[in-house]
Amino acid sequence: MSESMSIEDAAPEPLAALPATDPFELRPPEEDRWFDAEAGPLVRLFSMTRGRVRPVEDGLFDLISLIRAVDQTERPGAEPAMGPEHHALLALCRDEPLSVAELGSYTDLPVSVVRVLLGDLHEAELISVVRPVPLAQLPDERLLRDVINGLRAL
Amino acid sequence: MASVHSDLSVSAAASPWGAVALKILVAGGFGAGKTTLVGALSEIRPLRTEEQLSELGRPLDDTSGVEAKRTTTVAMDFGRIDLRPGLALYLFGTPGQDRFWFVWDELAQGALGAVVLADTRRLSDCFPSVDFFEQRGIPFVIAVNCFEGTEAYAPDDVREALDLDPGVPVLLCDARRREDGRELLIQLVEHAAARR
Repeated sequence: MSESMSIEDAAPEPLAALPATDPFELRPPEEDRWFDAEAGPLVRLFSMTRGRVRPVEDGLFDLISLIRAVDQTERPGAEPAMGPEHHALLALCRDEPLSVAELGSYTDLPVSVVRVLLGDLHEAELISVVRPVPLAQLPDERLLRDVINGLRAL
Repeated sequence: MASVHSDLSVSAAASPWGAVALKILVAGGFGAGKTTLVGALSEIRPLRTEEQLSELGRPLDDTSGVEAKRTTTVAMDFGRIDLRPGLALYLFGTPGQDRFWFVWDELAQGALGAVVLADTRRLSDCFPSVDFFEQRGIPFVIAVNCFEGTEAYAPDDVREALDLDPGVPVLLCDARRREDGRELLIQLVEHAAARR
């Protein structure tokens, strides 16, 4: 392409294109904007964790560590200042223990963020945590038999 | 990751509600049927969790000059089987891309074992998984996913092609069938128990 041609083409283009754009016109689907969840989280992840990237106690929240909310009727009024995500996590594991991986999936939050938030809840003694059985103690013979029996019964 | 000294107050033995969680990994090449197998076995709708990883650990020259992406997201599919009250088995499909080996390390920690899905049309796809579990001494079984329209292979041919130790079970399966998946897991747990 020659230089003179590109200058000729470039100059009037933006002006000519402007009046054609009606801001109130419905956009074709392919130009559609992202709304709601599709646009990504409204609150940035780092603000949910107040900039923290690791929980206080690193290693406590394995993907299959089981989390359960502590019964709050025993210690009323003990709830510290928490964000909506903290409450969402607590509500999820109130009735049955859930793994860290499940909590991440149900809240649609990355596991790294869930870990920080769970760290807060653990510090406030609002959850109890069961870490997975360490590899050295695994597999306990009785446990393996339970697993095989459980699988056969499926 | 895990602290060296185990904190007994939060270990399974001292669990206030007697719950135990175990995990089994489902590995294999892209399109080998990992998600299908997890879905066929899971009692809950298969879930997807995301791990946001900082790339700060990478060598500095990797990010020089470019506005490089600082975090990357790895998605893992997983499912759950409740074996009895208080005993849950989690199945994790390993992220397929080779650059996510460090995620595998975390996933493999404390895993009961692994199912490596093999597609005979692309058998070499599962070499990295086999190497990974062999090197770490994690018990595994090979599951040859019999896709429709593929030639049936004898398990021994697959064993030879993968240069497996004689003890490693090689099974034929249809990853979509729950009974097949169940049989795979039983064989894996028995294999893991026998190695003790």
